[in-house]
Amino acid sequence: MTETMATATPEPQASAARKRGWLGSRHVVGWLEALPLTIVLLTFLVLPIVTIVIVSFWRATEFSIIPAFSTENYEFLFGSSVAWRVFGATFRYAFISWLFCLTIGFTVAYYLAFHIRSQTTQIALFLLCTIPFWTSNIIRMISWIPFLGRNGIANQTLIDLGLIDQPLEWLLYSDFSVILAFVHLYTLFMVVPIFNTMMRIDKSLIEAARDNGASGFQTLVHVIIPLTKPGIMIGTIFVVTLVMGDFITVRFMSGSQRANVGRLISNDIGLLQYPSAAATAVVLLCTVLITIAILLRFVDIRKEL
Amino acid sequence: MEKRSPGFYLLTAFFALFILFLYGPTLTIGILSFQGPEGGLTFPMRGVSTYWFHDLFREQAVGDIWGAFARSLILGLMVMVTTVVVSVMGGLAFRKRFHGSGALFYLIIASLVIPSILVSLGVGLIFSQAGWKIHWATSGFGAQLTWTLPFGLLIMFAVFNRFDKSFEEAARDQGASNWQTFRHVVLPIIAPSLIGVALFGFTLSYDEFARTLLTAGSYNTLPLEIFGMTTNVTTPVIYALGTLTTAFSFLIIAVFMVSVIVVNRRRARHGSDAGKGI
Repeated sequence: MTETMATATPEPQASAARKRGWLGSRHVVGWLEALPLTIVLLTFLVLPIVTIVIVSFWRATEFSIIPAFSTENYEFLFGSSVAWRVFGATFRYAFISWLFCLTIGFTVAYYLAFHIRSQTTQIALFLLCTIPFWTSNIIRMISWIPFLGRNGIANQTLIDLGLIDQPLEWLLYSDFSVILAFVHLYTLFMVVPIFNTMMRIDKSLIEAARDNGASGFQTLVHVIIPLTKPGIMIGTIFVVTLVMGDFITVRFMSGSQRANVGRLISNDIGLLQYPSAAATAVVLLCTVLITIAILLRFVDIRKEL
Repeated sequence: MEKRSPGFYLLTAFFALFILFLYGPTLTIGILSFQGPEGGLTFPMRGVSTYWFHDLFREQAVGDIWGAFARSLILGLMVMVTTVVVSVMGGLAFRKRFHGSGALFYLIIASLVIPSILVSLGVGLIFSQAGWKIHWATSGFGAQLTWTLPFGLLIMFAVFNRFDKSFEEAARDQGASNWQTFRHVVLPIIAPSLIGVALFGFTLSYDEFARTLLTAGSYNTLPLEIFGMTTNVTTPVIYALGTLTTAFSFLIIAVFMVSVIVVNRRRARHGSDAGKGI
């Protein structure tokens, strides 16, 4: 576009560029416009991460933290069987939650994108799915207590139906409730990107598949799922990073009886063991970034916006 | 219109269950917050009353929740305005494909995927090492921006990727300055999306927990206050608070959505007369 303009009117463009000088360069203007963003991200993202990396090599006494270059925090972390187990549990939470979020999220998005014919209904139902995202996670976790508790609705219903004699103890404060809460909180991070990609699928491709005799299931497996992969990947990145970085859902929904890496960090912080917390945080960050790097091999995010 | 397959009804049932799963628990505490004064944290209801809502206004029962609410409200508005302004500027910048924009883009994505507790811990450490006092309006504000800005920017990227440049070219051809083009052409076109960015900015800040935990200082925001209550409050007063703040969130969402509709309607009425033969 700019090139055709330039050939059509070389004179005014050239003189305008001369008049504006270096201030007119799109690179300079671009950086000026991106300046507030850059400052915020450098101050509150890059600098904090750098600080954490530095502090992870410091030493701590009971009362203070001492600048040093020591790898003892890492040695302790990697030498601790508890830490390995907790990292394992974190991956397990991430994997199981991801599986449920993906299955439920994909089904919901598929229903909205391909089975709802009126656009108004589509938008309304989509909004209905996204509204909880703008409400408090803490409250949404608290909301499960009357449902899952020992005398909660779930147990009462099962007893009334005669399915069980004793209330189930594992409904609340267990791995079950932790994963339930993750799925409850994060499925919409799957629904939104998958729905978004599905809406951009050319409907004539689906007609073509059907005209060639594909069944609904074949169309789903051979046309829709491959074309929805970018959305699935973006949703996966969201769910996996949110679950791996979490500490509050695990603490609250397990009644402090289960652990993940986030809780390891927050426990150290509670004990003012900042260097040790920082070392665990660095390892968590590397784990998350490696996981994302692997996922990003499957999708180019910049193309998907 | 073609006949619905049995799969459609199956999926509709699945969708209905999903909605029940999403909203059921919230509705449950909504009902339980009207528990009678003798009632507990689970069913059965022992009478129906607004006792626990009144309890929220008794100082000794719940601590400083109204102060926390005021702080969350102010912080939410600060974050909202900053998110809108910075995201629009960032969106405009990225259209220019300037040197280094690729690196900045990955920094934005990093901001989205880096676990919240790292931001919280890191900002807290910087402030303590520098000898500054952590406060919700300084360290808390900055930490929350690392969560709201990526959402605002992703929305702006999506908006500008679909933006028809010929509107701006038309304005420039008619002699509009850069600022005039932005103010009278670009801004009105992107206005509904800005309402969306504002909604993200406010609500994500208002509900933020992990990033504020170590950066709020001695005065709690509302989510921190509510979390504190979960460890020592064992009466339905916590449901009453949950119901009120969720109702407040719903109100905010409704206000933003109605504004989008109003803006779109006004645009439809006062929009272009091109092609109408006037």
